[in-house]
Amino acid sequence: MTVSEFAIKHSLKTLCLPDDREITGGYVGDLLSWVMGRAQSGDAWITIMSNQNILAVATLADVSCIILGEGVTLDEELIKTANDKGINVLASEADTFKLSAMLACEL
Amino acid sequence: MDNNIIRFTYNVDGTDFTSAGQASVMLKKNLRQLGISPDTIRRASIAMYEGEINMVIHADGGVAEIEVSEECITIMLKDSGPGIKDINQAMQEGFSTAPDDVRSLGFGAGMGLPNMKRYSDHMEIESELGVGTTITMKINI
Ligand SMILES: Nc1ncnc2c1ncn2[C@@H]1O[C@H](COP(=O)(O)OP(=O)(O)O)[C@@H](O)[C@H]1O
Ligand SMILES: [Mg+2]
Repeated sequence: MTVSEFAIKHSLKTLCLPDDREITGGYVGDLLSWVMGRAQSGDAWITIMSNQNILAVATLADVSCIILGEGVTLDEELIKTANDKGINVLASEADTFKLSAMLACEL
Repeated sequence: MDNNIIRFTYNVDGTDFTSAGQASVMLKKNLRQLGISPDTIRRASIAMYEGEINMVIHADGGVAEIEVSEECITIMLKDSGPGIKDINQAMQEGFSTAPDDVRSLGFGAGMGLPNMKRYSDHMEIESELGVGTTITMKINI
């Protein structure tokens, strides 16, 4: 399933979608070194972190998208940066457990 | 690629934590232009990012020197920071001296050096208290 298909099916908000691609797995975490050590290329990364550093981590770990849970969003400025860098970002009011469950259904 | 060694040098600014990672993102771009495989690029750029972040958090910045040969990518990270007191301890998963403000951003999990070791094929740390730290990583192509 692609990032856009997932967003539509589960009514997630699309903050930016510059590079729609296949979601091949999932990883949940807020500690950035854990994400870089454990997430696989193509994973959807579920987190509540919203600082600028997550964009570098998403790029380097090559995740298919960032999914922000618990009502967290990104500043306008960072959404622009994510767009420029080709990073897909979704957001939702749902907590990270529910988001993981949604994702697990699709994998 | 021919027999030449290609070199890149990046300055790592130690004052700006929020934009840390620029050198690693640049490295990723440069390696892609050389036609290196995505998995190798991913390992090299994550290893470099962890090292870059460490230079910013723990050592007020430094310099990253990269060499790409036909066989491997060599990443040399040099700083003139405080040095590492006990390298074995620093290498342990979970060991960290990072301050709270850095932790609140998601860093300081004590997994940086272990990740650098995991993603490189060879890693060497030279460090002297009060003088600085040089970390050399090799990633086979
Ligand atoms: N370049 C460096 N200069 C000085 N100390 C360092 C450097 N890199 C790492 N360290 C020390 O090693 C510890 C472990 O590093 P790391 O595994 O990256 O974890 P973290 O950065 O999350 O603390 C750091 O907390 C710090 O005490
Ligand atoms: Mg670190």
